[in-house]
Amino acid sequence: MIGLWSVPLLFALPLALGILTLLATPAWRPRLSLAGLPLLLAASAAAFLDLALSGPGIYRLGDWPAPLGINLNVDGLSAGMVVMTAVVAALCAAYARSYLRDYPASASFFWPLFWFLWAGMNGIWLAEDIFNLYVGLEVMGLAAVGMVALRATPQALAAAMRYLLAALLGSLAYLLGVALLYGAYGTLSMAGLQHVAADNPTTQVALALIILGLLLKTALFPLHAWLPPAHGGALTPVSALLSALVVKGSFYILLRLWLVLGPEVTPAFTAQLLGVLGAGAVFYGGWMAWRQHLLKQLVAYSTVAQIGYLFLFFPLVTGTGAEAARLAWDGTMMMLVAHALAKAALFLSAGNLILAVGSSQIGHLVGISRFRPLSLFSFGLAGVSLMGLPPSGGFTGKWLLLHSAILSGQWWWLIVLFLGGLLSAAYIFKVFRMSFREGPQIDRSVPPPLTMDVAAMILAASAIVIGLTAHLPLHWLRAGALLGGG
Amino acid sequence: MDWNALILFGVPATSLIASAVIFLLAESRHTLRSVFNLVAAVLKLLLVVWIIWGVYQNVDYELRFTIIDGVDFILRADALGMMFVGLSSLLWLFTTIYAIGYLEDAPNRSRFFGFFSLCVASTVGIALAGNLFTFLLFYELLTLSTYPLVVHRGTRESLRAGQVYLYYTLGGGALLLFGVVALHVLVGDTEFVPGGVLSGLDASLHPMLVVIFVMMVVGLGVKAALFPLHAWLPMAMVAPAPVSALLHAVAVVKAGAFGIARVVYDVYGIEFTFSLGLLGPLAVAAAITILYGSFRALAQDDLKKRLAFSTVSQVSYIVLGITLFGPVGTLGGLVHLLHQGLMKITLFFCAGNYAETLGVHKISELDGTGQRMPATSVAFTLGAFGMIGIPPMAGFISKWYLGMGALHANMNWVLAVLILSSLLNAAYFLPILYRIWFRTRNKPWCEEKALGRHETTLWLLVPTLATAGFALIAGLLAGMPFSPLYWADLIVSREYLQ
Repeated sequence: MIGLWSVPLLFALPLALGILTLLATPAWRPRLSLAGLPLLLAASAAAFLDLALSGPGIYRLGDWPAPLGINLNVDGLSAGMVVMTAVVAALCAAYARSYLRDYPASASFFWPLFWFLWAGMNGIWLAEDIFNLYVGLEVMGLAAVGMVALRATPQALAAAMRYLLAALLGSLAYLLGVALLYGAYGTLSMAGLQHVAADNPTTQVALALIILGLLLKTALFPLHAWLPPAHGGALTPVSALLSALVVKGSFYILLRLWLVLGPEVTPAFTAQLLGVLGAGAVFYGGWMAWRQHLLKQLVAYSTVAQIGYLFLFFPLVTGTGAEAARLAWDGTMMMLVAHALAKAALFLSAGNLILAVGSSQIGHLVGISRFRPLSLFSFGLAGVSLMGLPPSGGFTGKWLLLHSAILSGQWWWLIVLFLGGLLSAAYIFKVFRMSFREGPQIDRSVPPPLTMDVAAMILAASAIVIGLTAHLPLHWLRAGALLGGG
Repeated sequence: MDWNALILFGVPATSLIASAVIFLLAESRHTLRSVFNLVAAVLKLLLVVWIIWGVYQNVDYELRFTIIDGVDFILRADALGMMFVGLSSLLWLFTTIYAIGYLEDAPNRSRFFGFFSLCVASTVGIALAGNLFTFLLFYELLTLSTYPLVVHRGTRESLRAGQVYLYYTLGGGALLLFGVVALHVLVGDTEFVPGGVLSGLDASLHPMLVVIFVMMVVGLGVKAALFPLHAWLPMAMVAPAPVSALLHAVAVVKAGAFGIARVVYDVYGIEFTFSLGLLGPLAVAAAITILYGSFRALAQDDLKKRLAFSTVSQVSYIVLGITLFGPVGTLGGLVHLLHQGLMKITLFFCAGNYAETLGVHKISELDGTGQRMPATSVAFTLGAFGMIGIPPMAGFISKWYLGMGALHANMNWVLAVLILSSLLNAAYFLPILYRIWFRTRNKPWCEEKALGRHETTLWLLVPTLATAGFALIAGLLAGMPFSPLYWADLIVSREYLQ
């Protein structure tokens, strides 16, 4: 793994591009960004290829040993997240290039923030110690807040303010936990903590703080209130990036820490509690999504609901057999990746529909299926995955989770998956119902640029295809996973 | 990939590709779209004939790849599946011709034909599915692709019907999903094998298997419109006539009935289902549906609504046949899968012809249509005679074998149900025929349109006459090679020889 030239590039490049675009004149910012995209895509692909060829390992930045240097963890999960981020971010960038022409004032700051966001995310996926995870989390969080504020309307600024408070509160709780752990054990490395961490009050308080902070940043019900205004109100490509990728950052940290420390150190009921909160998110988010009148708010509440599924991971993997745990891992991975692709597609196509009718009201979509079939079709394909209907990544993920729930005898999660699917169908079809309605015939719509339709379509189609070929990504994502079960 | 797998893949691919191309065509390219549609339908039919010939000679057609570890996507052609594929590809061709005529000058044709082809792709996928997972995949895809067709007109009423359709089918789909996953946990990937795969399981699992069976059959029963899961079907008749034909004869209700056949024959195995004591209750459910549908049909004045309740009743003949333990009953049920399709599509085509040409929607307005539209009325009469079970129509053959099967299975009460149902069929079809042929028109037609030189446009007339002809031939020549009866006999011999 030592010869992995591409791993440091995964932050160096976006950081450099972030600074470059900040220094460049506004006209050059999108051009520089589009030039940088293929470089970062290539680096991401190279990192993944190296994993596929030579297996997981630790990369030492600058070849210094752990306490001084920074260790980067390249395994199936982190490489998978790097690639997922690259695909989603690149398509959102292509979309943003066209979309932002109507928002020249916001556009100039979009690009630097975009690159810092990407650097922060790659930092999270690759960090091996809990402090660098914090650094990644902060970089990503601040860039995200900045992006919400881009629109500069009073509502957007209020939403950004609320988001900022939630993000800072979450990071503070997390940092406090990290400090406690460092004080107690003198190490920040996850591998190190796994060896030394003991079941004592200090560890428990530290973990409680860390979990609480991360739940707030992931917007798990009932800590979700900041998410819908921030994601629903932002510029469309920003909404897509935030819902598809950014909320996954804090979930990812939680998942990693849980696999390293969770079952040994936290009280047994924690896993079930996280599952129950997830179930609450599925029901509450689905219900609220169905009640929305604004299209993008509906999609944002759908994120609140979909995050809930990810949290079924904890009860299904803790204290269950090896087979159930493996299925839960596979199912959660599938859910995570499929949601990233489908949610980005859903936001982008919602943006296209809004542009086409010139209104963000769902009620104004009457008859849109006649004028913008392609935008609606992307919306529909992404919706299929979110509803968990076949053939899609959402379906395969749901199948695996159902399998795991039955195998581990936790039948109550079946009800969550069952009703959750029907609730998602209710809000997705609400949009469809409107689009098929024949209203007063205004055969007039503003066609969005082709790039924007194509970007949404590629993401939506990927969410479908990944479900049909699921064993390949799942095979890679499992590489080096710490999955004992039991 | 070998040639046979490629040919097999061609069967769903023809309509899938047609659907993709049609979605991308501009709304105004009507001729190109029609040509493409028809070419794809003919091509599919040729492939299907080729495969049927191969299956007859025991050639293996299989396509498989892994989705997740332990779960494969499998397409496979067997005799039972090809029966359904044959029906849907034949009727796809006729329905496409019909729909081109029916939707002339209507808006949203691109959307309509795109989803229509997707529907057919899902249907043949259901028929060719080689395991429960693949079946489920296409079963849900069928729900998704029919919804836009049900709500096609975009009126308040059709949107309401679409919503009810979704409530039922998505709920049913979720139940089916649970059954399938639970079965996976117990026995792993369940491929369809004649004689089933479950009979060897430990007796302690039998109660669990009963629960799973009930979940799957209820899930499938929604599409098969088993009472009390049928309410979506009469509502969905607000859709355009070609869609009704598709829902009632080709795709949706058949997918449910076919699924029940798969579960009983190729997952549980008919003998094992019988030994679990599951056939009796299913027979009762089918019998209740048969009588209930007929009684409700009696009370309808709307022609399409009467036909819809008649579908509720007639589809359950297939389910009834499945539950009659023994080869003869099975034969009756399976052959009815084809016969009901041919007869019901004819009846819906006729209803569409009356509505399009004369503006007639109600039975009480049908007086004298026989004189104005003789060809359509002959087709309607043939279809109605078939439904009642008058020899030599196809429906007679089905009912004969069902009755014989009931006697063989020692379920004599089924005979009473069949006779009562035939009387009811007569009671709701004969008054229509009386009005068509023996009453004369004494007021103008509701909204008469001059469509071509014949009684109506040939686009509408030719498919109607063709399917009526097939329904007649299927009965007249039931003993000939490759007739529906002949093919059902082949399935039964392969099923019961295991």
